[in-house]
Amino acid sequence: MTTPRLQLTGITKRYPGVVANSDVNLAVQPGQVHAVLGENGAGKSTLMKVIYGAVKPDSGSVLFNGQPAHIRNPQEARALGISMVFQHFSLFDTITVAENVWLGLSKSLSLTAVTQSIATKAAEYGLDIDPSRPVHTLSVGEMQRVEIIRALLTNPQLLILDEPTSVLTPQAVEKLFVVLKKLASEGCSILYISHKLHEIRELCTACTVLRGGRVTGVCNPAEESNASLSRLMIGAEPPQLTHRAQQPGAPVLEVRGLSLPRADQFGVDLLGLDLQVRAGEVVGLAGVSGNGQKELLYALSGEDMRAPAGAIRIAGTDAGALHPGARRKLGLHFVPEERLGRGAVPTLGLAHNLLLTRQEAISHPRWGGGWIRVRALEQQAAGIIARFNVKAGGPRAVARSLSGGNLQKFIVGREIDAAPKLFIVSQPTWGVDVGAAAQIRGEILALRDAGCAVLVVSEELDELFELSDRLHVMARGRLSPSIAVADATVEQIGEWMSGLWQGEAHAQA
Amino acid sequence: MLKLEARPQPSPAWTYGSPLLALLVTVLIGVLLFVALGKDPVAGLRVFFWDPIKSPYALGELTVKATPLLLIALGLAVCFRSNVWNIGAEGQYVLGAIAASGVALMADKGSSSWIVLPVLLAGVLGGMFWAGITAWLRDRFNANEILVSLMLVYVAVMLLSFIVSGPWKDPQGYNFPQSRTFDAATRIPRLFAGSRVSIGIFIALAGVACVWVFLFRTRAGFAQQVGGLAPAAARYAGFSSRRALWVALLVSGGMAGLAGALEVAGPIGQLTPYVPAGYGFAAIIVAYVGRLHPVGMVLSAVLMSMFYIGGELAQSRLGMPRSLTGVFQGLLLFTLLACDTLVNYRLRWAK
Repeated sequence: MTTPRLQLTGITKRYPGVVANSDVNLAVQPGQVHAVLGENGAGKSTLMKVIYGAVKPDSGSVLFNGQPAHIRNPQEARALGISMVFQHFSLFDTITVAENVWLGLSKSLSLTAVTQSIATKAAEYGLDIDPSRPVHTLSVGEMQRVEIIRALLTNPQLLILDEPTSVLTPQAVEKLFVVLKKLASEGCSILYISHKLHEIRELCTACTVLRGGRVTGVCNPAEESNASLSRLMIGAEPPQLTHRAQQPGAPVLEVRGLSLPRADQFGVDLLGLDLQVRAGEVVGLAGVSGNGQKELLYALSGEDMRAPAGAIRIAGTDAGALHPGARRKLGLHFVPEERLGRGAVPTLGLAHNLLLTRQEAISHPRWGGGWIRVRALEQQAAGIIARFNVKAGGPRAVARSLSGGNLQKFIVGREIDAAPKLFIVSQPTWGVDVGAAAQIRGEILALRDAGCAVLVVSEELDELFELSDRLHVMARGRLSPSIAVADATVEQIGEWMSGLWQGEAHAQA
Repeated sequence: MLKLEARPQPSPAWTYGSPLLALLVTVLIGVLLFVALGKDPVAGLRVFFWDPIKSPYALGELTVKATPLLLIALGLAVCFRSNVWNIGAEGQYVLGAIAASGVALMADKGSSSWIVLPVLLAGVLGGMFWAGITAWLRDRFNANEILVSLMLVYVAVMLLSFIVSGPWKDPQGYNFPQSRTFDAATRIPRLFAGSRVSIGIFIALAGVACVWVFLFRTRAGFAQQVGGLAPAAARYAGFSSRRALWVALLVSGGMAGLAGALEVAGPIGQLTPYVPAGYGFAAIIVAYVGRLHPVGMVLSAVLMSMFYIGGELAQSRLGMPRSLTGVFQGLLLFTLLACDTLVNYRLRWAK
């Protein structure tokens, strides 16, 4: 048997109040694409930081090519031949691709030499990129290519990729996989961190599963099913959702020709959006983030009140200039993507967080004022905690003490409990564990069955296909025509995500 | 190397214990300071912590100084909880004093003692006006309220010295830059003969109750604080940030102006260049030592008042510089910040 490229033995890392890694063993062979699978909070990131030298383990040993390695910082990791591509890119927007790459390299190289080597690497792996383009003109997929090229220029023996596909269209994912397989065939080991089971089964030849900081299984994912991997990851299979056929009712949300110039420099202009959501249907909004979804949601929720007259109608009322509270009175309830700091105040208790969008515990409300009835408020919070199965230390527990999934259940619960006529939710299960995600999706469908109009914005295509009746795709501030989920394919939606629907729409019309 | 590591769950007991610990550390450093200056530390501590409370008269003086501190700090707490950094309460206090004096100087022998009400109201409006300038500049031009409010303190002091050495100078005042003594009718009613304690303390305590109810029992107060704790959440909820800005500055300006009115129409009795005594700045420390909580600020206002009186006594009895007051006030804030850091973080020895 060959010497493993990387061997971790008994890695343990404790943080105050939580053990992130407990006695973790991991062996990666040369040329192997090795998946590290686990839910959010399972300890994947900590383990990668240990390998990359960003975190020092409390105990355990790291062998690299059979030699004990004491990696104290990322520079030493790179010197050994370990490179990492992070989920969040570290590129400067205002300078070119070549200059960005140059910044991270040793000073002895000239910019022309760097440009040349970028072009060579890019050609070698089919990573199509122009080194002279400024970074702010690149799409997210292209930025990721820059990060990968930057990693490859150090000629790594081990490449770590942290959730690389979360920002990519399905087509871009295919291209990425081709590059990774080619790299592996040349002997580079790849550690692939993800929680997307089908990707791991397609790409990886070995898999280490983490749950609660411990290794719960080592397997060959190609020989496993989604269900068996899921069992290793969460200890249970996710429940199946049932999607009942139902005739939608009257339109509740109507967006007509909504155009809005961006509010800040790095925003996206909205260009002539048309969207309709009817009672009793779920409309899904697909698209790579940063294509105008955030701006559209601000305009719909009332956090941005610049929409022209007549462009946004909620339950028949022109709502474009109404503030969020007035739109709530029309029956709109909205769950934003950011939970801490926008959907909830981190340092306030759950009960007080109800007051952001709910007024049942206010007596004599007028002029935005009124008295808070504390006991009624806490009872209301306790009711939501019980109904939506939120794990929290009671109505007074501060929002930031809850895990991401439990806080999301509480926020979704707070809005669903208000019996909305129109429910808009952004990234409903982002960073939420599989069990809570299934519960939240079930609640969304129950709301639809009860006759509410639902708009779901998500980056996870699987989720949209599971929940929606119709799909729209957003790309570069424009909105595609709608397509019934029954008629849609992942490939088609993927093409639309790059903005390529114009010809097709004409053909259909 | 020492490193700070965030505690997962700060101890709730120490959140309240930390001001007490900070006071203890301040006292210990004070003892060292007295020893280093060659003074008897016991005598030194006595003038700061025992003499101000040992007799009814001393308690009265303590109350006289604690009243403006508490009033100003109450307003500042509303401001700071809304993430509006008004550090110009001193200027609003001065404007309150000037406006109140304007009304008080209109009184004559025949005036009813009800004139006290318009005097106080003028003080409130004066302070509100001065803070309103800051609010307007921030609202209209997004000017930094920290700088604007602080700069306006110096403008207010200049305005005061212009007024007392020009238009309102007492013609029979031997050319001293001060107004004539206000008519007796305008004097804030006192509680006892022989003590300077006035009804101001009841106004301040009523303020404590009002601020508590506003912050913790009204939706408007809740909205006000959400703007400070999580601005994006306030926007999501639909709470107006402009309204929060104006409410915060008008409330704190009004409270500071009221304190100024109570001071000129109370213990001072005329408008002099010595009206700005640093209460506006000391109240920032009162607000933080009192955890921005109305009841906590009652205790911290008394404490800061002890430092004021202690500093004066240390000067007259022990021949020590009066600036000891400032040293103690600063030490207390410094140790409180240090204790708070240790409540939220722990020290770790890391290689």
